[in-house]
Amino acid sequence: MSKDMTIHLKYWKQAGPDVPGHFEEYTLDTVNEHMSFLEMLDVLNEELQLQGKEPVEFDYDCREGICGSCNLVINGQAHGPKAEVACCQLHMRNYKDGDKITIEPPRAAAFPIIKDLVVDRSAFDRIIEVGGYVSVKTGSAQEANALPVEKEKSDEAFEYAACIGCGACVAACPNASASLFTGAKLAHLNKFPQGEVERSNRAVAMVDQMKEEGFGDCSNFAECEAVCPKGISISAIAEMRRDYMKALVS
Amino acid sequence: MPSFIKAINSQVGRKIMTGITGIGLMLFLIGHIVGNLTIFGAPEAFNIYTKTLEDLGPLLYVIEAGLAFFFLYHTILGVSIWWNRRKARPEGYKKYQTKGGPSHQSLASKSMVYTGIIILVFLVIHIWTFKFGDTEMVKLASGEMARDLRALVIEKFTDPLYAFGYTFVLSLLILHLSHGFWSAFTSLSMKSKEASKKVQMGAYGFAIVIMLMFIFIPLYIYFTGGEGSLISY
Repeated sequence: MSKDMTIHLKYWKQAGPDVPGHFEEYTLDTVNEHMSFLEMLDVLNEELQLQGKEPVEFDYDCREGICGSCNLVINGQAHGPKAEVACCQLHMRNYKDGDKITIEPPRAAAFPIIKDLVVDRSAFDRIIEVGGYVSVKTGSAQEANALPVEKEKSDEAFEYAACIGCGACVAACPNASASLFTGAKLAHLNKFPQGEVERSNRAVAMVDQMKEEGFGDCSNFAECEAVCPKGISISAIAEMRRDYMKALVS
Repeated sequence: MPSFIKAINSQVGRKIMTGITGIGLMLFLIGHIVGNLTIFGAPEAFNIYTKTLEDLGPLLYVIEAGLAFFFLYHTILGVSIWWNRRKARPEGYKKYQTKGGPSHQSLASKSMVYTGIIILVFLVIHIWTFKFGDTEMVKLASGEMARDLRALVIEKFTDPLYAFGYTFVLSLLILHLSHGFWSAFTSLSMKSKEASKKVQMGAYGFAIVIMLMFIFIPLYIYFTGGEGSLISY
């Protein structure tokens, strides 16, 4: 049986969107290496509640790395230290006894804090609303081979479609840019014959909305790719740039 | 708004224009250093080179105006993108670190705005010193009179303040160019991972070679007192 670890936590507490927040500290003595990071936070909240204190709010849903709800910034890294791992899938075996862990919410003007570590990511929904869909009427489903899609395109579209909208790209970008998210959505939809038709309008609408929401400019730091739990490449941003300029200039 | 204006003022367009102006400025650097190296040629080579430029007359003004536009546009875009991050993230992280791997966060990328501003301030001093500096007139072998800029360069680079100040600022080019070269092509929609790796290697090579060539001149002149064997009289 694994030995319990002592972990010193420092986490962000903020009562609401318009009140200043602050850090609080707590030391957990019963952290098991098999716990996920979120299970460790569950233990923290149980202890806080037993002491009559308010638990720390954080977002989660599936805890399987596929829903994109969790998006903690752990020791200054979105989703923590492991590459291509969402923080719900991060295990405490990655830490050692006595470690100090700082937990912050993703910080961006476009992601206002609702409470503690929970942020409002509806800015992403609004980017999707202006073009992240296919509205071309394609009729009823055809026989699968009637509309050929090359294997390379299909694979590429799948890689971009893997975006779970967690917002780690925004959290980690020094400029708080949403270019990887927007680029991934565009590149995913544009790869298919049905999505291709609206390629130009989609690029212009979604890129403009990104700015409207208050996300920053992309400075090619590529930190977004490093923190993306799905490993989505900044090639999505290259495609977005091509589509946007082609739509407006050519 | 006409679509071209909208395009270049968008978040996508601003970065593309930063890349295009950056590539233009890198081409200028290549031209500039090739010209500078004539100081190691025949005794008259440098003054013939500078006179040839001045003899371009109105065309030179057009080129200078274009260069000034590229420098200013590149600076304005860079500073404004950097400034916008304060609006996009009003409250920063208590702790922040890069995750490494494919990330291009480095001393070079994080200091772009600072190295850029230092280079711009240097540029003003540099133009003031050499373009508008006092020079004697010398008679060339062809019989024409030319500004003796060669003597001014040697005089300035035997002054430790100017020689080492110049060397320090031009050394910063290694930082600015090693990220800027890669970033410019990335902004121009370079997509392939293989190309990206090659361009990054090219960026390091370009930055090192350009920096070494630029700083060689003041250091050589300073340490030889302007009388080194590479400089013929």
